[in-house]
Amino acid sequence: MTQSVLTAPKQKLLTLEVTLIVAGIALLVLAPFFFYPVFLMKVLCFALFACAFNLLLGYTGILSFGHAAFFGGAAYFTAHSVKEWGFSPELGILVGVAGAAFLGLIIGFFAIRRQGIYSTMITLALSQMFFFFCLQASFTHGEDGIQGVPRGHLFGFIDLNQSLNMYFFVLAVFLIGMFIIWRIINSPFGMILKSVRENEPRAISLGYSVARYKLAAFVMSAALTGLAGGVKAIVFQFATLTDVSWQMSGEVVLMTLLGGIGTLVGPVFGAALISALENYLATSEFPVTVITGIIFMICVLVFRRGIIGELYASRFGKRLEGKPEN
Amino acid sequence: MTSSTATAFGGGQSSPGTPDNQTSRVVLSARGLRRDFGGFIAVNNVDLDVHHAKVHALIGPNGAGKTTVFNLLTKFLQPSSGTIMLLDHDITKTDPARVARMGLVRSFQISAVFPHLTVLDNVRVALQRPGHLSTQFWLPLSALNKLNERANELIEAVGLSDARNRLAADLSYGRKRVLEIATTLALDPKVLLLDEPMAGMGHEDVHIVSDIIREVAKDRAILMVEHNLKVVADLCDQVTVLQRGEILTSGDYKTVSQDERVRVAYMGTEHD
Repeated sequence: MTQSVLTAPKQKLLTLEVTLIVAGIALLVLAPFFFYPVFLMKVLCFALFACAFNLLLGYTGILSFGHAAFFGGAAYFTAHSVKEWGFSPELGILVGVAGAAFLGLIIGFFAIRRQGIYSTMITLALSQMFFFFCLQASFTHGEDGIQGVPRGHLFGFIDLNQSLNMYFFVLAVFLIGMFIIWRIINSPFGMILKSVRENEPRAISLGYSVARYKLAAFVMSAALTGLAGGVKAIVFQFATLTDVSWQMSGEVVLMTLLGGIGTLVGPVFGAALISALENYLATSEFPVTVITGIIFMICVLVFRRGIIGELYASRFGKRLEGKPEN
Repeated sequence: MTSSTATAFGGGQSSPGTPDNQTSRVVLSARGLRRDFGGFIAVNNVDLDVHHAKVHALIGPNGAGKTTVFNLLTKFLQPSSGTIMLLDHDITKTDPARVARMGLVRSFQISAVFPHLTVLDNVRVALQRPGHLSTQFWLPLSALNKLNERANELIEAVGLSDARNRLAADLSYGRKRVLEIATTLALDPKVLLLDEPMAGMGHEDVHIVSDIIREVAKDRAILMVEHNLKVVADLCDQVTVLQRGEILTSGDYKTVSQDERVRVAYMGTEHD
């Protein structure tokens, strides 16, 4: 019974999925030879950030408006430990991850006590407190931020100052991060998260202490966000207030929404699109926030499932999943 | 009722026991239950005993406080005063998830399924908890396949086999309720609280659910809120009538249905 569940269309789907993943990775491997590597690394950092955020929003049903605290916080921790304490880049990133996880534990602890908009407001309030802490604390250097963080040598022998080395390191971290998220979503634990998202009172009535699962998901999301933030600090060699500001929290919501809430790869596309737009419009006279605002409105009004979400819901997507069209 | 149904509901964990000396055993009891909502007394001085292997109905006009009593018993609401005992444990101050783990499981008035999970996954989510397969975020989903056999038994027993891989959201209303019951039974609860299990169901579905409840009650205590008095007459050993948050009367269906006060409370409406 358990072994024979792979029906023909499912088998076909699996083959297709593997093909798509391989093609995607191949594209990312070849990309730095055609595009500016620093831009690609920025996209990968934001893509991982958005996917980590989506773990919470899309798979647990918690909307956090304070994820900048984890992203920017990790950037500060990594930058400080590498620059001031002389940590190696990989160790510095781990410091960032641990710091973000700890922040996630604190903010999550309070946020999961309430539902919906109240929970969101708590995340916003606490992350704003963290923002002002970063503004005032001496180690962050206030408005200046931490500048001139050395990229150093990965594991002591890979020179990250070479932009291709740096790129493949970021790509590896991104893929590992994506794998972790995929594993969490498709695990016994992920199943419980989904049930909490679908019907919280029912999950409680089945005997699940929902608060613990929510907090665990919150910390995991914060830690993975920290991974993205730490890597970003190494790539750009600085950590500033921009990454802890509430606008950053808003941006990741936009990226996730645009790509598709509750889809694994949706936020990657959302992040790529927004980053590309910002990059492109940075040199023009036109204010980028107007464009992103309009995109946000179109997304909410016309394709609420996001780019990838709409694709899944379309006839093409249904055929892809072997489901009857109706 | 097929024999496969009986084995599916028999449950692995519950001891067979001898029904004769267990029938009178009280498994869930409430004393002096009261709940105020800022001055409004929704439930007042409710005493309730639910017996093993019996079906107990809670009836009463709209707004009588039936659902509030359910919420109090399952600890989704904290009582303002009174005590609740579940199998010799005082659960008056216990949190709802823990109460569920102790064997008191409820269903909801509005159908409580996980809409975007498949029928199989709905049942498996319930099976995951007793199997301690709920925190492993590092295991693949295939780790849950060992629950399939039991899940399929339950799904078959409630007649949902053909819909196993469909999303719960795509099921008809009646079949959602049936799925909910299968999910609840997956926990092998000692006491089942069903909030209007037949509400909004067609005739055929009512029969299916009645049969399931009768079968399940052989080895469990059931407390159900139900408006369909034909079902109550058919199924329930004990009836408690609530009115304005207080118990009007309690007894077997015949006694209760002949009570003049009950007739008045229902404004003369009764099944013929």
